[in-house]
Amino acid sequence: MTINHHLDEATLFSYVAGALGQGPALVVASHLAMCNLCRQRCRELEAIGGALLENIALAAVSDSTLASVLDRLDQDVIPEAAARPAPVANSEIPAPLASYVGDSLEDLSWKKLVPGVWVHDLPSQGKGITRLLRVAPGKAALPHSHRGSELTLLLRGSYSDEVGRFSTGDVADLDDQITHQPLVDSDHDCICLIATEYPLRYTTLFGKITQPLFGF
Amino acid sequence: MQDQPPGDEALSVVALRAEKASEAPVKDWSAMLAELAISRDRQLFIRLFRHFSPRIKGYIMKLGLTEATAEELTQEAMLSVWRKTHLYDPGKAAASTWIYTLARNLSIDWMRKQKYPEYDLDSWHEEAGEPPVLELAEQAVMSDQVAMAIRQLPDNQAQVIIMSFYEGRSHSEIADRLSIPLGSVKSRIRLASEKLKQALRGNHDH
Repeated sequence: MTINHHLDEATLFSYVAGALGQGPALVVASHLAMCNLCRQRCRELEAIGGALLENIALAAVSDSTLASVLDRLDQDVIPEAAARPAPVANSEIPAPLASYVGDSLEDLSWKKLVPGVWVHDLPSQGKGITRLLRVAPGKAALPHSHRGSELTLLLRGSYSDEVGRFSTGDVADLDDQITHQPLVDSDHDCICLIATEYPLRYTTLFGKITQPLFGF
Repeated sequence: MQDQPPGDEALSVVALRAEKASEAPVKDWSAMLAELAISRDRQLFIRLFRHFSPRIKGYIMKLGLTEATAEELTQEAMLSVWRKTHLYDPGKAAASTWIYTLARNLSIDWMRKQKYPEYDLDSWHEEAGEPPVLELAEQAVMSDQVAMAIRQLPDNQAQVIIMSFYEGRSHSEIADRLSIPLGSVKSRIRLASEKLKQALRGNHDH
């Protein structure tokens, strides 16, 4: 897998700071699970977090708190690893996403929006939308712009738009200045994970009319 | 983050003892944390606790949580340190960095009641072939350099860094609060991030 499109520095910084919403953080973590380069960038930013922790104003912690922590050290705990689904070898589903969708993209309940376009919504807090989008070869998403950011991670297939060509592992990290219309150019369905901070803004009359119907 | 060094704070008994303990030769917290995984030595844990718990609690209170919650989450964070040390790799990150990510995730999980998506916190050993991110020889020096770099940021860049790290605000929220375009928020963060990373690497371009 050759990854050509990476996370914006500002997005990665906010992920490390714990300042991304749940949906965007899921896209970032999923890309990081696939992208060695961004993982290295992320670790470097985490070191800034560590430096901040070293220099922060201290808050008093009493000896009784220490005592109660020491009392709990020997308590048996269920190892966390046992509580997590085991990662599936060679899965197209990155580990952070697996806890939302399991181990198969085929078994999900896909809702048909228009012929050749399906969605599967993921639970997320806040006003944005987090969903998987599945688009058949040769189909295009409706032209749209965003208020706020749109993060898209390609899980399968590829598409091209005004920004470039995106294939598996690539992330499109777009801000509110871009209007685009992705066209699927792989010979099989394209599946991507998308998180937006606000509902999309369609730029065509058809999109504006259908938006309320499809909940996009 | 504040202008005064940590030593100027009104310290607790615990923190004061931590200060006294540091009269010993300069400690390498990362080596101690790695050693804890093997020795499971309670005295070692207590030293780590005295150093890190007032910092974790300070961080959580800066996030805006109450002291009672900060106290509770600090306990959980230190328990996680004890339970997860076997996952800590000193070649990948300083102790403070690893503990920062633990404290951050616990705090966000508590605030959102939904797990903050982690990319590989629990599997840092899987990529043994990766080179260390940084030469982490002088952790204390590095931390001081970053703190100084933050103080030297232009106000408008320091502001977005503080709003991100300590208030947990997204780009859109920052844009709304400061009444500036989203693109300006991102470019300020990018500029600040670059300067802080240079400080981490020990580069000074001034």
